[in-house]
Amino acid sequence: MSVLDIHDMTVAYHRRPVLWDVDLVLDEPRLVGILGPNGAGKSTLIKAVLGLAPMAHGSVRVFDEPVEKVRRRIGYVPQRESVDWGFPVSVLDVVLMGTYGRLGWCRRPGHRERQLARECLAKVGMEDFERRQIGQLSGGQQQRTFLARALAQQADMYFMDEPMAGVDAATEQAIFTQLAELRSAGKTVVVVHHDLRTVEQYFDHVVLLNMRVVAAGPTEQAFTAENLRRAYGGRLSMLEAAGEAVQAQERA
Amino acid sequence: MNAVCLLAESISDAVSNRVLILVQQTAELLGVQYNTLLVLVTAALLGAVSGVVGCFAVLRRRALVGDALAHAALPGLCVAFLIAGVRSVPIMLLGALASGILGILVIVALRRWTRIKEDAAIGIVLSVFFGAGIVLSGWIQNSTTAGNKAGLDSFILGKTSGIQALDLLVVAVACLICFLLVALAFKEFRLVTFDAPFALAQGWPTALVDLVLLGMIAVVVVIGLPTVGVVLMAALLIIPGAAARFWTERLSVMTLLAAAIGLTVGIVGAAASAQVDRLPTGPIIVLVGTALFVLSATIAPRRGAIARWMSGRRFARDIAVRRLIGELYEARAEESRGAWQDREHRAAWREAQRRGYLKPPARGNQLTDAGRAAALAALRDERLWQAVLVEYPELAVGAADPFHASAADVLPSAIVDELVTRLQSAGRWPAELRTIAASVGTSGAAAGGAPEGTP
Repeated sequence: MSVLDIHDMTVAYHRRPVLWDVDLVLDEPRLVGILGPNGAGKSTLIKAVLGLAPMAHGSVRVFDEPVEKVRRRIGYVPQRESVDWGFPVSVLDVVLMGTYGRLGWCRRPGHRERQLARECLAKVGMEDFERRQIGQLSGGQQQRTFLARALAQQADMYFMDEPMAGVDAATEQAIFTQLAELRSAGKTVVVVHHDLRTVEQYFDHVVLLNMRVVAAGPTEQAFTAENLRRAYGGRLSMLEAAGEAVQAQERA
Repeated sequence: MNAVCLLAESISDAVSNRVLILVQQTAELLGVQYNTLLVLVTAALLGAVSGVVGCFAVLRRRALVGDALAHAALPGLCVAFLIAGVRSVPIMLLGALASGILGILVIVALRRWTRIKEDAAIGIVLSVFFGAGIVLSGWIQNSTTAGNKAGLDSFILGKTSGIQALDLLVVAVACLICFLLVALAFKEFRLVTFDAPFALAQGWPTALVDLVLLGMIAVVVVIGLPTVGVVLMAALLIIPGAAARFWTERLSVMTLLAAAIGLTVGIVGAAASAQVDRLPTGPIIVLVGTALFVLSATIAPRRGAIARWMSGRRFARDIAVRRLIGELYEARAEESRGAWQDREHRAAWREAQRRGYLKPPARGNQLTDAGRAAALAALRDERLWQAVLVEYPELAVGAADPFHASAADVLPSAIVDELVTRLQSAGRWPAELRTIAASVGTSGAAAGGAPEGTP
């Protein structure tokens, strides 16, 4: 029984490969950080798993089933920039969208769904904002709204695309608290992450990506100076950050 | 082919006779002319359904696709007329639908198999199909005997005088189908127009929902052709939704409002164009719609131009007053005077007086107690935010908004306390209002607040 099994995945945009021969297996629930330089294919990996980016080759199984069969058990937090925040919906409406999958065609969200959506908003500290139009939120609040929507999906496995990019400290804390809670409830969360300083603190499993999988495994084994150098190569500023992160790891 | 045409003809004749009788009876009941009522009801329904479908078209950025579809429908109209040999509205509209859809397919193909981007592809299809349609309709009218009766001209800019019971029937059926679809699958349309990748990840057939939406756009555009015409039909699709957006932040309200606006535009436009015989309907409908749009864009609360201009002014005035009372409080109004523009300075001064922060000029333009309290609070908050930016830059990202929120409300209290202590020991924390409390009633002699604590 595996939670996630990516086999020999290759993804190409306009015949140019973005990910090659990716093999990745998770045998048990994990809090996974996907790391790598810009253009390494981090978001593409998530999108290909969910069927949002076309796979040129390979296969994906979630809970030993094809993704199509287990979509109800998968939650998704897209990148914040992927939607039009001027759209006429309220915060509560967006969170309710998380319940649409269970509702199915033509059924409206009712009292129970509203209750659930409010609980999810409270978990990320957004209960006072449910009637706001989403464009009137700060970036961090928008990200928390997206997280609440994913929580309302009540999934067993979550994919999150850069949920902590450009958010304030309070939001990052709120998101991390929810990640830890999901993890302790036995769920798997796969997060595209960019801040090497917090990797140690947040994730128990990392995947270092640079068009191929450079290294994958439990954080203490895979998150090493050598692997970081292989993933980030000559990108000096990133290497510096990596050095700091590893030093912090060695001190701990 | 002829047999099918005949069958379609006889069925539509039977049903439209029913509609004719119904409209006649209603007209008698209301005491208006049969033709007037027919035109008004058709235009009203057409406007309403355009408004509803147009909301989703605009939000899903399909508005220009609707325009291309309308223009691409013209050659189909002509070809259908040639095949049928008579002016038959259902058959001509089916032809229009077919060539409109062909136009969309060409756009999709151009995007997929060439390096042409969507806007250019739309431009190409729109003009080429429209050009072909114009040539074809000119040729039909000149060469065939029945051509004069086809009234193909009226499909270009629209005409109300040609409307018959059958047109109303077609519009009513399309209207019913679209309203039912939107009412039943409102949730699905909202989800896919807002966040299609999420919908796809959740297992919704987003391509199907998009296709249904495109189908509704196509149907609405095509049924509008006899009344509004190929050139301006897209405007009736776009304007009601765009105008409704100014009044509300909710999609359900926006949809209903757009229906109401479309209905109004249809009725007023059709009535106006019926008054003046030679004026085509399309342009008049568009002008009426534009008037409502401009009205919405100007006077709508919050999103309208006036509301936005006023809130921008209020914001600028808030900042100016803050700055003014801060300078007075720190007794550096004289030296900072050069940084102000005269007009701005007078306005800030007036506003501060209006808010009760300044004593009347006769009493020396000193800060009142309320003004001193406001100035102190503002100064402290400014210093606190400055300290946050220097000491905790990572906390400030996305949270720093000195004009709307106090740092003390946004940040953890432990950090605020630490920063205050640090500012105090550096002598950069404006001291308490104690001296002022003592000087209440001493007629503002305590000169505008000494720069307390500054070295």
